[in-house]
Amino acid sequence: MQQHTRISVQTDDFDLAAEYDNARQQSVNPGAIVCFSGLVRDIAHIGGQTPEQQTLTLEHYPGMTEQALLRIAEQALERWPLQFIRVIHRVGSLAPADQIVLVITSSAHRSAAFEAAEFIMDYLKTSAPFWKKQIAGSHSEWVASRESDYRAAERWTKSGHA
Amino acid sequence: MLTIQYFASVRETLGKASEQIQLPDHISTVAELTEHLATRGDAWQLLLNSSQVLIAVNQSVADRSTRLLGSEEVAFFPPMTGG
Repeated sequence: MQQHTRISVQTDDFDLAAEYDNARQQSVNPGAIVCFSGLVRDIAHIGGQTPEQQTLTLEHYPGMTEQALLRIAEQALERWPLQFIRVIHRVGSLAPADQIVLVITSSAHRSAAFEAAEFIMDYLKTSAPFWKKQIAGSHSEWVASRESDYRAAERWTKSGHA
Repeated sequence: MLTIQYFASVRETLGKASEQIQLPDHISTVAELTEHLATRGDAWQLLLNSSQVLIAVNQSVADRSTRLLGSEEVAFFPPMTGG
């Protein structure tokens, strides 16, 4: 399991091309590699500030975060025939359009790689202990959790998926 | 000693990031712990709200019926918003 999965929680940015190359090297005869990167959205609705004045701060629960991400990866490995999983989640202070999260899955077939990447993102959003705070000028607010994220995660517990 | 950690909006509302307490003898579940902490004042009533405050025991998501022996790491935090 360990050699199939790499999890990082870091303040540093990540290099998508380097991570993709590594995923190719870690996979044995992969037919498909799916790379998902999540970016910080513009938060113009608070404070009337321009994007340059906005930041997003990500807090997490050191220790539990890494365990939660590994558990999600283990579940994906049980469900799909994956060769490699890479998850990077950034923490600390980020600006609009910054890269925030990376998920890479590799498999012999694209459907497994696509589904597993989506599964990992859906579970990451609702069960890995990260919290976003938006700051724009003197305004700040914690981002509220969304019901749609919970529904997205719940659909994987219903029948009909691989 | 029981270690308690508070994260994100819960930490800000309570003005506390972590503490260690001796678990009183009559407390054996997370629910009883939250009732005990809620007696500290109005802000602490937040911990009783199960839709706004989630719980982990020893870094795994737990619920209010989870049993405590007194040496665990308990964490209180709002619903997660990563990704």
